[in-house]
Amino acid sequence: MASVGKILRRTFLIGSAAIVGGVAFGAYYVSRPAANPLKPAEGETALSPFVLIDQQGVTLFAPRAEMGQGVRTTWAALIAEELDVELNQIRVLHGPAAAAYYNSALVGEGLPNKGYDISDFQHNLGEALGVLGRTLSLQVTGGSTSMKDGFERMREAGATARETLKQAAADRLGVDRAQLKTENGAVIAPDGTRIPYTELAEAAGQIEPPEVELRDPSNWRLLGRSLPRVDVVGKSTGTAEFGIDVRPEGLKFASVRINPKLGGEMKGFDASAAEQMPGVEKVVDLGNGVAVIASNTWLAIQAVEAIDVDWGDAPYPPETDAIFSEIANAFDASPNSTMRDDGDVDTLPDGATEITAEYTVPYLAHSTMEPMNATALFTGSALELWCGNQAPTLVQIRAANTANLDKDAVQIHTTYLGGGFGRRGELDFGEIATKVAMAMPGVPVQTTWSREEDMRHDYYRPGAMARMRGAVKDGQAVLIDGKVAAQSCTQQAVQRYTGLPAGGPDKVLVEGFFNQPYAVPNYRMSGHSADLDIPVGFWRSVGNSHNGFFHETFMDEMAHAAGRDPLEFRLELAKAEHAPSAGCLQAVKEMSGWTGETPDGVGRGVAMTYSFGTPVAQVIEVVDEDGTIRIAKAWIACDVGLALDPGTVEAQMFGGMIYGLSAAVMGEITFSDGEVEQYNFPDYDALRMHNAPVTQVKILETNHHMGGVGEPGTPPSMPALGNALFDLTGERARTLPLINQFNLLV
Amino acid sequence: MATALKINGKQHQVDLPDDVPLLWVLRDEVGLTGTKFGCGVAACGACTVHIDGEAIRSCQVALSDVWGDVTTIEGIGTPDAMAAIQQAWVDHQVAQCGFCQSGQIMQAAALLAENPAPSDTDIDDAMQGNLCRCGTYPRIRAAIHDAASKLKEA
Repeated sequence: MASVGKILRRTFLIGSAAIVGGVAFGAYYVSRPAANPLKPAEGETALSPFVLIDQQGVTLFAPRAEMGQGVRTTWAALIAEELDVELNQIRVLHGPAAAAYYNSALVGEGLPNKGYDISDFQHNLGEALGVLGRTLSLQVTGGSTSMKDGFERMREAGATARETLKQAAADRLGVDRAQLKTENGAVIAPDGTRIPYTELAEAAGQIEPPEVELRDPSNWRLLGRSLPRVDVVGKSTGTAEFGIDVRPEGLKFASVRINPKLGGEMKGFDASAAEQMPGVEKVVDLGNGVAVIASNTWLAIQAVEAIDVDWGDAPYPPETDAIFSEIANAFDASPNSTMRDDGDVDTLPDGATEITAEYTVPYLAHSTMEPMNATALFTGSALELWCGNQAPTLVQIRAANTANLDKDAVQIHTTYLGGGFGRRGELDFGEIATKVAMAMPGVPVQTTWSREEDMRHDYYRPGAMARMRGAVKDGQAVLIDGKVAAQSCTQQAVQRYTGLPAGGPDKVLVEGFFNQPYAVPNYRMSGHSADLDIPVGFWRSVGNSHNGFFHETFMDEMAHAAGRDPLEFRLELAKAEHAPSAGCLQAVKEMSGWTGETPDGVGRGVAMTYSFGTPVAQVIEVVDEDGTIRIAKAWIACDVGLALDPGTVEAQMFGGMIYGLSAAVMGEITFSDGEVEQYNFPDYDALRMHNAPVTQVKILETNHHMGGVGEPGTPPSMPALGNALFDLTGERARTLPLINQFNLLV
Repeated sequence: MATALKINGKQHQVDLPDDVPLLWVLRDEVGLTGTKFGCGVAACGACTVHIDGEAIRSCQVALSDVWGDVTTIEGIGTPDAMAAIQQAWVDHQVAQCGFCQSGQIMQAAALLAENPAPSDTDIDDAMQGNLCRCGTYPRIRAAIHDAASKLKEA
């Protein structure tokens, strides 16, 4: 076993630790051992494992939230590629909350560069700053960062484990390690004898890991290929365990109601009727809401709804119109940021035609398929918490603070997530379940929100407005001057997570706005932060989700004003600025057979957004069917630099587009009397089998850096659809959702 | 008073009020968690099970109204012995988050039992009550067509 001192001198932070009957390979936390999820015997060094081998077999740890994006499979494949194991022969677990599982890529995303234009030096700086991720204990799945984060480190973990196991075999056989090979979970001796890793694990635990080199990608056998997902059998047989499926012995079931005037107080309540209802065991006062613990979730929901509560007012204007007036007021204040300010936008170039437009998009709910829930067991001195979540270490800290326990007394079990989209990066469901379980010590309690409670207590994608001014001359864009106004979800989230006020320029408010890869000489993009207390958070693609619509609808309006084909107009501007982005536009042009002409009754629109390091272009075709408009076809091209699993990239691109189109067509959260007016799927629906377009996806790999895939499919979908509707009807879509303006098939 | 239910071929005595929906009998009483809660108002299809072979939203059927034998996702196949429809779901790598897929599979199984060679329009009509927020629809469609052709060969 390597000493901590030796490990610290190593280039890579992959170390090893002996465990009972085996060995673990993993990461140490900064300059000292992390609290060890493996609970080593006294005197042993602690580490957070990525690879664990004992007599029972090989276990890989993928400590990232599996919410559908395939991270558990591709993360495991990074390790397996170097370790030489087959994914169907091993176990893959999420593992506990641990600081050593920090996300190294997330913090680098916060750098104030455009992303597509960064040099290698800045790229490395971003990675170095990623170390902050571990000091902040950011074990977070978000920002489409998992593969950027795990790409080097997990292959190193696999290679380190492989070479250590080979050394153990070399010592046993009395041969040089270089004479040995590895294959499917075994070391192969020169005479062809197979020694399974499980037999070598105990000896390997006593060997200091040798230095390793990573294999050349030309030798990869797993990465770059579409692999069977490790979760697909469980999810096809009803055996995959989501948070709502956790069933510890003696489990009770609860449901909750928090003030629907979000952030308002609870003045009082009368639970006398609820207390008499069948199955009810306890009514819990949560301070700002109530919960009922019962023998069955449905009985708990019925009872909690029967409680008569006197709610206090919301701390924001109670009606949608007044809320958007506040957002518009933000334009009058000085900007929170101006991250792009090229040339001179205040002077209209000679002979140029000026155009202006104002856009508005609504608040949006995440609306995951699995309603918010968590299960907690509080014993007085310790807490166990089970839930699907995107931030285990933050959930752990919040639950510990709630239960007045030390962090180490809180154990987090992260299950599969029935959708995340950013919602399960929040900490409220874990905190509420903790409070409920504290009312019944020694008994595990699962707190499940009704769909209505979930829909009406989200951290919403902020409603947003944009005021755009541009100029065209000789068929070219010569000026863009844009302002976006919305609540800052970053500032609110930092305050929520840390309790500390956050300030300064918010890059997320203007992502997808200031950093689009178009060569326009006079180009200024500003973000205005609206001062409102509506709970807002990270919704798949975050700021890009509104800015993509603003920017790319306006590009269409400029192309129209310039008398140009909207695809050629963009292609010309992108070619001069960022070749991979131009490549995506060129690809959708070819895939769709774009000519700029469409038959009567057919419309086509194009849009391109660069987000999370990945440019994505989409063409959408709409068809008028006797007055009803169907979204018939779509073509998507993305450049991810390196597609570690093309099948997963394709699924994410399509899924991201459908998530965006669903919002564009019919997604809208509105407020009346301080309460959200949408309760359930009939009020807040999404695209379904019959109205989802037939789609082709093309994956390009020319981008210099690896980009994300979970989110970039979302932003361009909304403007591409709006632009297609303009092509079909001549009516410009400047406000979402589109169902309020067009007779779309729902 | 206990109510008798036959679920996945096995008899159960359930001691719950008559108006508790079948969904919550399955999940919280019988321990069959493969059937999911999504909306509670028959708008998402995540809770779809079969009653006497018919696809039903179990969130809308009160315990006292269950009129026949209940089959859940656990009853049509297991990880070691999957039904043809489940194998097609695996072959086409349908699931993303996976939360809606039990309901999707039960709906698709009922479709194929009634219509062994569904057209795209038949699939649209049968499946549009089943919501998927991840957008797995193209792979669901492909898996249904594939299962239909495999079942025809068998």
